[in-house]
Amino acid sequence: MDDRASAPTGVFELPTIDTLSDTRDLLAHATKEAEKLKDYFVVDSDGHLSEFPFWQEIVARLDNKVYRDMAESFKERPGSPPGLSNAMPGMLYQDMFGRIPHQQRLGEKTPEKPHKMVTLTQRAMDTMGLDYMVTLPTPMLVLGMHPQPEIEAAIGQAFNSWMCEDMLPQEKRMINMIYLPFNDPEAALREVEKHAANPQVVGYMVTSTRYRPVHHDCYMKLYAAIEESGKPISFHSGFHWGDESMKQCNRFLSMHAISFVYYNIIHMTNWVINGIPERFPKMKSMWVESGLAWVPFVMQRLDSEYMMRTSEAPLLKRKPSEYMREMYYTTQPMERDNLDLLQATFKAINAETQLLFATDWPHWDFDLPNSVTQLPFLNEQQKRNILGLNAARLFNLEVPKHKLGSPQPGPVAEAAAAQGVRVSQGR
Amino acid sequence: MADIRVGRLDDIADGGHKVYATSGREVGVFRVGTKLYAWENHCPHAGGPICQGKIFGQIGEELTPDKRSLGLFYTGQKHIVCPWHGFEFNVETGRHPGDEGTRLKGFPVDVRDGDVWLRLPG
Ligand code: FES
Repeated sequence: MDDRASAPTGVFELPTIDTLSDTRDLLAHATKEAEKLKDYFVVDSDGHLSEFPFWQEIVARLDNKVYRDMAESFKERPGSPPGLSNAMPGMLYQDMFGRIPHQQRLGEKTPEKPHKMVTLTQRAMDTMGLDYMVTLPTPMLVLGMHPQPEIEAAIGQAFNSWMCEDMLPQEKRMINMIYLPFNDPEAALREVEKHAANPQVVGYMVTSTRYRPVHHDCYMKLYAAIEESGKPISFHSGFHWGDESMKQCNRFLSMHAISFVYYNIIHMTNWVINGIPERFPKMKSMWVESGLAWVPFVMQRLDSEYMMRTSEAPLLKRKPSEYMREMYYTTQPMERDNLDLLQATFKAINAETQLLFATDWPHWDFDLPNSVTQLPFLNEQQKRNILGLNAARLFNLEVPKHKLGSPQPGPVAEAAAAQGVRVSQGR
Repeated sequence: MADIRVGRLDDIADGGHKVYATSGREVGVFRVGTKLYAWENHCPHAGGPICQGKIFGQIGEELTPDKRSLGLFYTGQKHIVCPWHGFEFNVETGRHPGDEGTRLKGFPVDVRDGDVWLRLPG
């Protein structure tokens, strides 16, 4: 037989990845890594879903019938963004013009049940080796720029109802930080009161892309309720190419790189200098999706100015950096091109106890657990803390014993333990 | 080293590529005219399936002699783009255009009697 005419055996042709690829195939290379993490507890503190494919379901949860009818009226219009959402310029640039398909759409086939959003999240968690994923929206990250605060409040309410009542019950590994319609403090308070007792709600998210000073007196009731609940408030940053400063950037890259840091720098500065940590000492705060490099920068700037102008920040009893070191930060997008700088940053923010791993999946700049496991300056326990144990503590998640990181007993120690004797683990 | 026949040259369009899984490895074979290039399907950034991305033209920016921008244009070079985060690599050199040290791992590839053969370690 002519060997050349036959298809080679033991060779399989792999397809090009596109918007219809199955998440499990798309992330297959992450699965190999995930197998090494089997006895790690891994929490993704900032995962996402694309809510627009489910927008009709979400707006159907609008309590207000007028807004519900308004939103539903957009249903028949082709080519326009989902009604009332006020999607921002640049949103469609994220997939780098077709280069990064999963950013554009996860159009893969899914079974009828559970809900498609749940299946997509399960597939991502399983392929990346995650025990829990915080599931946050995507285009709604710029809803804080909506010119109508009442629409932000209405959509926030609808999204939280859909997420907490329709989605979360389908998968216990999905957890959520509910959307706070921060331009309407009373509405934000109502959302906290409504969802605080849900064990799958592990905190409250303020989307940072907005022009509201976080120290304004109108937020004090909200912060008191958040402090009382024991769950953290998070500031999830984003971009806004319509911002007058950002309009100076002519490339999405430039605007995106700066925007995410810019909003959290402003909010952090107001938060600390106005003494919010002194007013609500038990309230925990998290700073999300701005990377980490900005944190030591702000620490140094604020410490330096505070020492010269202390009388402008009379509520503070310590240097700004000392408050910041007690806050929580998520890893992604972790700047790791210069490991010396990154190591110094980890030290500055007390990463061992304050840093939470995050993927940002399915966004184009997502990180995998290997962004942490491959860091040469971390020891084993530090990796475990950052990958999941810090989040377990902050979100009150139960960690299976074998994932705690302490070494398992050998057969001799086990046999001794069976007879009630504990062998020495060293002095 | 083992020589492994992975497919027919005719099945790879000029300017196109195929990705094969064989012997515990994944390798992309790229065709540019009569030449073939073989790169491991493993992105140096975070291990993504680089060769399962799409090929895009390299983009350049043209300047006037007095350094004003005339805008963007295609250079004619081809890049394979990683579908995970968008790192781009020249299909002929395997190099990232912005960093010499970020490059794909290559394998010898040749054509015998119209068949594409890879020489893979192990
Ligand atoms: S893994 Fe290829 S670009 Fe990140």
